[in-house]
Amino acid sequence: MKISRFLKTIFMADFVGGLFIAIKEVFKSKKTINYPFEKGKISPRFRGEHALRRYPDGEERCIACKLCEAVCPAQAITIESSQREDGSRKTTRYDIDMMKCIYCGLCEESCPVDAIVQGPNFEFSTETREELYYTKEKLLDNGDRWENVLAANIKADNPYR
Amino acid sequence: MEYLSIVFQEVYKILFLLVPVLVSVAMIVWLDRRVWAFVQKRQGPNVVGPFGLLQSLADALKYIFKEIIIPSSSNKVIFILAPIVTMTLALIAWAVIPFSATQVLADINVGVLYLFAVSSLGVYGIIMGGWASNSKYPFLGAIRSAAQMVSYEVSIGVIIINVLLCVGSLNLNDIVIAQKNLWFVIPLFPMFVIFFISALAETNRPPFDLPEAEAELVAGYQTEYSGMMYAMFWLGEYANILLMCAMGSILFLGGWLSPIDMYPFTFVPGAIWLILKILLLFILFALVKAIVPRYRYDQLMRLGWKVFLPLSLTWVVLTASYLFYFNLLPIN
Repeated sequence: MKISRFLKTIFMADFVGGLFIAIKEVFKSKKTINYPFEKGKISPRFRGEHALRRYPDGEERCIACKLCEAVCPAQAITIESSQREDGSRKTTRYDIDMMKCIYCGLCEESCPVDAIVQGPNFEFSTETREELYYTKEKLLDNGDRWENVLAANIKADNPYR
Repeated sequence: MEYLSIVFQEVYKILFLLVPVLVSVAMIVWLDRRVWAFVQKRQGPNVVGPFGLLQSLADALKYIFKEIIIPSSSNKVIFILAPIVTMTLALIAWAVIPFSATQVLADINVGVLYLFAVSSLGVYGIIMGGWASNSKYPFLGAIRSAAQMVSYEVSIGVIIINVLLCVGSLNLNDIVIAQKNLWFVIPLFPMFVIFFISALAETNRPPFDLPEAEAELVAGYQTEYSGMMYAMFWLGEYANILLMCAMGSILFLGGWLSPIDMYPFTFVPGAIWLILKILLLFILFALVKAIVPRYRYDQLMRLGWKVFLPLSLTWVVLTASYLFYFNLLPIN
């Protein structure tokens, strides 16, 4: 026992073994990705940047029920609404303070018409605070930009709801 | 006029040595980070330039544009002098490194002594930096590095005596030529291993990076440094590592000699063989950095004084007796 330990120390058996393991690891495939150039897979349920969706005919989905405003635990959503000439109730103002938002996804869950959703985009950092006060225009614009992905994600997640 | 032309000639020679050394220091930093990353299955720096080769250049550019902060309670002259001393000492040692039988800046007959002296002085930069910062972490780092570098210097010195016994000359070119038939790594293999480990300790590399142990001492003696002064410490450190690799390849791996004394190998210039050997040793340095945990302080001291020193001294006696008994002592 003691002699074997002595021999192990003298020949630095553990060290040499570790060295060979290290050399073996060098040639294995990397576990990290080249982030800005390639991105990791994102679940359809991912709760990223918010977006307001439209119907295929271009009409806004949001009916100003204010359920999202009520459920929002961070009170990040502010909604004002009025009746339009055709009798439908629509929002005149839909603001999200993205710095208050905790990305819990409750607004998305509460929405009866799938209007407010959280998309896969997480790269929306800004240089000023003001840019993070999202207005209705910005949210609708997000919805238009991400519509394909958003629709696909909702469809993919549907069986599990 | 004639005097000036001689001066310029020397300056050109020095630049011809220094610029490649500095460039290779930058490349070696990249290689170090890359090897380290590969062992940990990461990508490592790969964005700036092809394969990230220009990463160190980008880093250096960043350091140049950073503000140099001098602590108000520091000893300013010594504080500024410390990184300059570290880098200068790391660079002047390259003067005696032979890249081939003729390509050597200063072919002095006490080359090994000079190398040893300069690398011993290297500790002053660190002590000065740690002391002049007037702050606790740099101070502790400096104390550690003083004790560490001095203890491992002793075993390196004794190891060098082993090589000198076989050569009979302090000239580095003579040492290389003496290995024409057999590299010293084969008969003196245990000494090579001890030299390698002592070199790790000498250059504050893991597992002996106690002077800058980031878990305990923030950044050790570099804590108060910023901007270009930090970069100079960093350059000096890596130049020192390269120097130790060069020393190892000259003392044990046959310097600029080709591994096989035959036509296609001897045709390759000696400088390339030396660079390849330095690279091989450096990659080992980098691999070791990736696999070992940091030594505790008392373990470090025990290894230096109670294991390496007696071992290398014993080997000196063995080598000397062997050479004496078989009448192989190189007496000129």
